[in-house]
Amino acid sequence: MATVFADTDPAAQPSSPASETSSPPPAPEGNVKARVEENAPAEPSPLALKIRSVATGLVWPIIGIAAFIGLWAALAPQVNTSLGTLPGPVEVIEAGIGLYDEYSAAKEAEAAFYTQQTANNEAAIAAGNPGAVRDFTYAGPPTFLDQIITSLETVALGFFLATVFAVPIGLMAGLSTRFNAAINPLVQIMKPVSPLAWLPIVTMVISAMITSADPLLPKAFVISALVVMLCSLWPTLINTAVGTSSIDKDLLNVGKVLRLGWFDKLTKLVLPASLPYIFTGMRLSLGVGWMVLIAAEMLAQNPGLGKFVWDEFQNGSSQSLSRIMFAVVIIGLIGFLLDRAMMALQAMVSKNRTV
Amino acid sequence: MAKSGGFKFDRRGVVAATLASVALVACGETPGGSEGTIVAASVDGAVEKPNLKLGFIKLTDMAPLAIAKEKGYFAEEGLNVTLEPQANWKVLLDGVIGGQLDGAHMLAGQPLAATIGYGTKADLIAPLSLDLNGNAITLSNKVWDMVKADLPKGADGKPIHPISAEVLKPVVDSFEAQGKPFNMGMVFPVSTHNYEIRYWLAAGGLKPGYYSDGDVQGVIDADVKLSVTPPPQMPATLEAGTIEGYCVGEPWNQAAVFKKIGVPVITDDQIWNDNPEKVFGLREDFAEKYPATTAAMLRAIIKAQQWLDADGGANRAEAVEILSRPNYVGADAEVIAASMTGVFTFEPGDTRKAEGFNIFFERYAGYPYYSDAIWYLTQMRRWGQIASDRNDQWYFDTAKAVYRPDLYLAAANKLVEDGVIPAESVPETDGYRGEQKGFIDGIAYDGSKPNDYLAKFPIGLKAGDTVTAAGVSGS
Repeated sequence: MATVFADTDPAAQPSSPASETSSPPPAPEGNVKARVEENAPAEPSPLALKIRSVATGLVWPIIGIAAFIGLWAALAPQVNTSLGTLPGPVEVIEAGIGLYDEYSAAKEAEAAFYTQQTANNEAAIAAGNPGAVRDFTYAGPPTFLDQIITSLETVALGFFLATVFAVPIGLMAGLSTRFNAAINPLVQIMKPVSPLAWLPIVTMVISAMITSADPLLPKAFVISALVVMLCSLWPTLINTAVGTSSIDKDLLNVGKVLRLGWFDKLTKLVLPASLPYIFTGMRLSLGVGWMVLIAAEMLAQNPGLGKFVWDEFQNGSSQSLSRIMFAVVIIGLIGFLLDRAMMALQAMVSKNRTV
Repeated sequence: MAKSGGFKFDRRGVVAATLASVALVACGETPGGSEGTIVAASVDGAVEKPNLKLGFIKLTDMAPLAIAKEKGYFAEEGLNVTLEPQANWKVLLDGVIGGQLDGAHMLAGQPLAATIGYGTKADLIAPLSLDLNGNAITLSNKVWDMVKADLPKGADGKPIHPISAEVLKPVVDSFEAQGKPFNMGMVFPVSTHNYEIRYWLAAGGLKPGYYSDGDVQGVIDADVKLSVTPPPQMPATLEAGTIEGYCVGEPWNQAAVFKKIGVPVITDDQIWNDNPEKVFGLREDFAEKYPATTAAMLRAIIKAQQWLDADGGANRAEAVEILSRPNYVGADAEVIAASMTGVFTFEPGDTRKAEGFNIFFERYAGYPYYSDAIWYLTQMRRWGQIASDRNDQWYFDTAKAVYRPDLYLAAANKLVEDGVIPAESVPETDGYRGEQKGFIDGIAYDGSKPNDYLAKFPIGLKAGDTVTAAGVSGS
């Protein structure tokens, strides 16, 4: 996925060779090629160029999406499941509307609950009975929007932890070949481990560690976030290491000549030079983290979009499939937006690159 | 719905406020200064932990919890309860043990097994039984077609019930001849369903397999291999061909009928008339620490149970609508209604009356009888989950440690006092139901003689038997 979008953004180039520590640092060819491609179609008139770029940028994606939806609408009714035929686009949109209605109804119920509670409390105080004052938070079922927000919060925490953990280790691995050699086998073995294998271990450890009856963060939230972290830190770690080790040796030599201390070397030379790589890694990490999160929520029944999908699967009602499909579309859209946000950040960082 | 919802909130809010103020006035007699006084921790005192999270599995017998919430019974008791569906019984059990859940809709075997240390060891208690009956055994269409012709038929051309597992014998033999295992599903190693399907198979002469010490597969020396599948996934697993039949709670048998993928052949009511089903389970230390909260939860659930069985099931249609919401059972309303409203559909076109199919309040359904706990323990021993012999006293002591009629009675008697439930709905008993004869194989059960009972089964471990991977060996 990353390589596809890399076409539209030259700054994303380091992503392609970045997934292997053992491979040599990326040669500058990639960037050169990208620049050549950018310059290549300069011959036709500007207008034709404009039209062509609009065509490729807008028309073709629309055609692609329309063709997909058309095929979906045509083929879905052919597939018979025990819950009826596979829902087409219209049913999925209806499911979305239904979820919105449920959300509105839940909001109304919540508002009614609080109004009632306030009224009761006022009545109790008026009756000289402050002991009957209740300060409950509404305990209704989570709406679809609540699940989306929970998932985003979880992935944010997991991603933050992964970055905090991976970048320093990656920098060390990039600067010291010995350290790199020491952790490389571990990284290579841990990297392909599925989130589903981590989950039981993390669950048991966290359950044992958080013993307070009313912890600061709910256990389920911490478990999901840690699983996201464990699975998503590798791309950042590896890219940071590659970026750090591929700094121009001349730069380091200049640093030696200037007698820069290790901290100055890190902040003035190493970090600026490897930032694009770090951000590429983080972008990959976020993508992995989002995928992992849904799986973790499904399996561990931690609140979020994954649990929504699993609950609907368990419901097995005639509405379930279209609601699941709507959730799938939303999961995809959010993943896409997260990726775009990281890409924008990455482009910004790359532009400010001074080295 | 929105309108009636608003009305409900009004009414329940007023009731809650009234009740709360009445309770406080009654306790302190100093309404003005009651803010500072701490009410002593007692079952009738103030609720210590009003915000609660209870877990459930998507099954119709979680109804008392959903009703207690939706009809405002929890709120009346001053509780703010969140109900959270769980993926499977293991996740639910870990949630209760780990403290993420304050209590849950549980399999009767779960608090017993946890307390005796089979699986995760933890001190859990069952102060209330949620319902009687409510399960059934379903066969895949393929197997049903193989056995259908051999079934004895009544005058109306429909199979005579109960259907014995004997009819499966030729099918299992033919599977064996082809070198294929005959697999069936149940929901958890210590689930009622596991013991029911084993009871049914063994009553028909088929061996359902033994557990050895430390083994949780339970397929040693098995004619029919049983495996665990979470209830809501049963129909999908049957459809995928992984299993040829299953024993599960509703609505997952009726779901097989509606999806035309299987045929229920027998209900658990036909295997053991009025058998105890799910319990409300929680940690023992929770009940000790929060006695008033526990009592309040039990009162709310008892009220919900009464509502479910009131007026000959007049409220069941509303219960079906509530349960069909996606955040509760979530199955289509017609599927849930197919077993909740006094009938049960076997084959399409073979819908029979089943008034006793799920009972929540009548026939003392809520009372946690020691003898029920002992029945589960005898079945654990019968199939090797309890690895060695235990004397009768051990059975009595374990039942007393887990089943807590004292807590039930504290809550129920308060409701009787307040005139909420009739006095005759609370049994006067020593906790033993006496001899029960409603079993499919005619073997009578007397909870006061567990070891005698175990000796009566033709298939099952006898005194002195142990199970190893190689098979059963006597002493």
